[in-house]
Amino acid sequence: MYKIIITFALLVFSSIATAQSDYNLPLGVTDISQKVYNLHMTIFYVCIAIGLVVFGLMFFAMIKHRKSKGVKAAQFHESTLIEIIWTVIPFFILIALAVPATQTLIEMEDNSNADITIKITGSQWKWHYEYFDHDFGFYSLLSTSPEQIANTKEKGVNYLLEVDKPLVLPINKKVRFLVTADDVIHSWWVPAFAVKQDANPGFINEAWTRINEPGVYRGQCAELCGKDHGFMPIVVEVLPEKEYQQWLDSQLSSVLLAKEKEQQDLNSGMTMEEAMTLGEQVYLSLCAACHMPSGEGIPGAFPALKNSKIALGDVKKHIDIVVNGVEKSAMQAYGQQLSLKKLAAVITYERNAWGNNTGDLVQANDVQQPANK
Amino acid sequence: MSTLVKNNNKKADIDDFDHAHDEKPRGIMRWLLTTNHKDIGTLYLGFSLLMFFVGGAMAMVIRAELFQPGMQIVDPNFFNQMTTVHGLIMVFGAVMPAFVGLANWMVPLMIGAPDMALPRLNNWSFWILPAAFSVLIASLFMPGGGPNFGWTFYAPLSTTYAPDSTALFVFAVHIMGISSILGAINIIVTIMNLRAPGMSYMKMPMFVWTWFITAFLLIVAIPVLAAAVTMILTDKYFATSFFSAAGGGDPVLFQHIFWFFGHPEVYIMILPSFGIISTIIPAFSRKKLFGYSSMVYATASIALLSFVVWAHHMFTTGMPLAAELFFMYSTILIAVPTGVKVFNWVATMWRGAISFEVPMLFAIAFIILFTIGGFSGLMLGITPLDFQYHDTYFVVAHFHYVLVTGAIFSIMAGAYFWLPKWTGYMYDERLAKLHFWLSLISVNILFFPMHFLGLAGMPRRIPDYALQFADFNQLVSLGGFAFGISQLLFVVVVVKCVRGGAKAQEKPWDGAEGFEWELPSPVPYHTFSTPPKVK
Ligand code: HEC
Ligand SMILES: [Cu+2]
Ligand SMILES: [Cu+2]
Repeated sequence: MYKIIITFALLVFSSIATAQSDYNLPLGVTDISQKVYNLHMTIFYVCIAIGLVVFGLMFFAMIKHRKSKGVKAAQFHESTLIEIIWTVIPFFILIALAVPATQTLIEMEDNSNADITIKITGSQWKWHYEYFDHDFGFYSLLSTSPEQIANTKEKGVNYLLEVDKPLVLPINKKVRFLVTADDVIHSWWVPAFAVKQDANPGFINEAWTRINEPGVYRGQCAELCGKDHGFMPIVVEVLPEKEYQQWLDSQLSSVLLAKEKEQQDLNSGMTMEEAMTLGEQVYLSLCAACHMPSGEGIPGAFPALKNSKIALGDVKKHIDIVVNGVEKSAMQAYGQQLSLKKLAAVITYERNAWGNNTGDLVQANDVQQPANK
Repeated sequence: MSTLVKNNNKKADIDDFDHAHDEKPRGIMRWLLTTNHKDIGTLYLGFSLLMFFVGGAMAMVIRAELFQPGMQIVDPNFFNQMTTVHGLIMVFGAVMPAFVGLANWMVPLMIGAPDMALPRLNNWSFWILPAAFSVLIASLFMPGGGPNFGWTFYAPLSTTYAPDSTALFVFAVHIMGISSILGAINIIVTIMNLRAPGMSYMKMPMFVWTWFITAFLLIVAIPVLAAAVTMILTDKYFATSFFSAAGGGDPVLFQHIFWFFGHPEVYIMILPSFGIISTIIPAFSRKKLFGYSSMVYATASIALLSFVVWAHHMFTTGMPLAAELFFMYSTILIAVPTGVKVFNWVATMWRGAISFEVPMLFAIAFIILFTIGGFSGLMLGITPLDFQYHDTYFVVAHFHYVLVTGAIFSIMAGAYFWLPKWTGYMYDERLAKLHFWLSLISVNILFFPMHFLGLAGMPRRIPDYALQFADFNQLVSLGGFAFGISQLLFVVVVVKCVRGGAKAQEKPWDGAEGFEWELPSPVPYHTFSTPPKVK
């Protein structure tokens, strides 16, 4: 019996010690994350050791000093010496733990001398990444399909941990993150870097990392931020320096292309059918989280667009709300997030879907005027 | 009291008194109008048990949704309401009222007082509680749903972005707070004024001591909570900007205020446990508590330290390095007095004559499992590690170890310990043992794997999760259902014990000490109209 227990205990321990990645903190791919991991394991073993001593004594007493064995209770109590001993020993253990913890913490908080600066903005429920040194940026949204979440389609390997456009970073560069939020508090967390930084609306927090190995690293928003808090993952693709440079160049040129395209869109209109198809796509990926795919909203929290006064009323008002948002509410300004064409399409969609048959067709040109006012 | 005839025979005295003054109304009016500390204690305990099952049912909804990846049963918004209201109900409706109930029943008996010092206030502080929880639960049925911003209600999720029903949440928390403060004042006044002659402070039973300190924590902490919810109310409805940067406020300010209440609050929920365990361990070890005075000092230092550690809940909010270091050091320092407590319990058991009745089983489980929660607490207190653990299931595991296998196990231990005294009957030992073992096994299946989920990267408060978390979540859910069902056994044991059973003696536990064991079982409606003598 005892043998079985001991073998089992050994098995459990060795599996804890070796199951490095599955059910333990990841070792990670930065010097900091590895220090954090080592500190974590040290403290874990210290706790195990203390636990073994204390619980060991307790179980010994429970086995040997039981009334059913006919023992008589000793009557000793109060001993200042013993009290001092068991106050002082833990105190020294704590100091021994605090020293490496302090060193690691000081390193983690040293945000100086960054090579690259990325501004990260959280909003309900997506991340916006801006490359400070190059004046370009993009949004990063969950790309798992709603069917997978609703269990009508098989779930992929990276279920809920995949995005449409990952943040791309180079290895061996000190990357500084400026973290903030547009609406509520979010928290940007990538376990492999040991970086978790709250994104507070109206304030900017700093964090940094220097990644040693190329790869794809995944994380999630760590602060409750409303309904779809569980659905705003983070994916970081880390490239060797050369490939990173190539990626950066291609991004910069596509930014230029997009600007040209915007000009073309202003001159050439969409047909109703084009607008509705594109509008539906945009609506489902960006707006349906709050206004629901049926356009009925969530009473008391998010207004319905089906039969809403805005969606059926003045087009200018409708455009204004979508482009500039509604202050002090969850309705964001989409003017900076979407191209003019997409804005026009989603507004057209809202004015004609779910029986909102206004027949209005909004064009990029119509959107531009209020946007530039 | 002065009119009473001196009588050397205590029992006869009590009986006389009982006949003369036992004029309680029958039926519901007895409970509505009662100013008797025993009746009010019973009300608190009954209410807390009811809330334990209401909050538990919400936990079952959460675990059912998390049984498999994908959304199955509820939508994410309702899921958030469940986690929020589960937390609020368990903290303010189950754990705190249970301790107040135990204090109402036991503090007067333990210090030899005839009742609480302020009996009418006592009635009021109980009866506003059901009102508060009715308001809170009713808010779930409002358009837009109930509170969905977590029991910590961080702004601006709980202001600008909160559902319309938030005013009801604020109102409910205010009433709960008033109830707690009134209860705390009553306990302090009772302990300071109604101790039997000769019972100096350093002779008070440990349970009385821990509650005395807890009551002061309540009086300091609860008004801070009231301030926090009031600012939430005005930010949401009256255009103030305490927590909004656009108006010159700061959302992190909210967290400072909340946790200045919140950290003492966690000690409010564990100090009375320490008192119960310090009563039960000596009783079943048949040996005095190893270090009475060091236990008192340890409790007081934990209480004082609890006011200077609050920001350990906020390491990731972007605090300056100096603040992070300060709060790391102060937090891990709490391990010292907490260690003193655990060592003392073990030293009390050492070379005792231990027996394993159900209260003792729960007390031993408490020591081990609470210490595990303490270990994870120590790990969380180390700032660089907290960056990884914060807001993951590791934290969920940590606080359920200290609250469920800590606070609630100690409440169970206390309930089994004093049930014979309250009802006059012994509980069904076989069923109670079954309840203990089922709870012990299921609670660990429920909470232990959460440590691994958190370390592996699962954030808390999410309604759906990535596939690598699926196996452990399923296990956790199974443990959760088993734990939930096991608690029904507790109700069976209590109801059976109230109805009848083997007659309980005056002192059913041979190692127990204190005035309460010199009274007959069940305790008469009125006790200690003449104060007992301290030996
Ligand atoms: C994070 C939640 C959220 C998302 C995502 C969202 N909205 Fe809104 N929306 C709101 C809220 C809240 C309001 C109500 C604002 C107010 O008046 O206080 C609103 C109002 C509106 C209105 C006015 C409705 C009325 O009748 O008053 C329109 C039109 C609208 N949104 C369009 C959109 C479009 C288009 C998108 C996607 C590009 C979108 N919304 C995405 C939350 C959201
Ligand atoms: Cu979030
Ligand atoms: Cu705390």
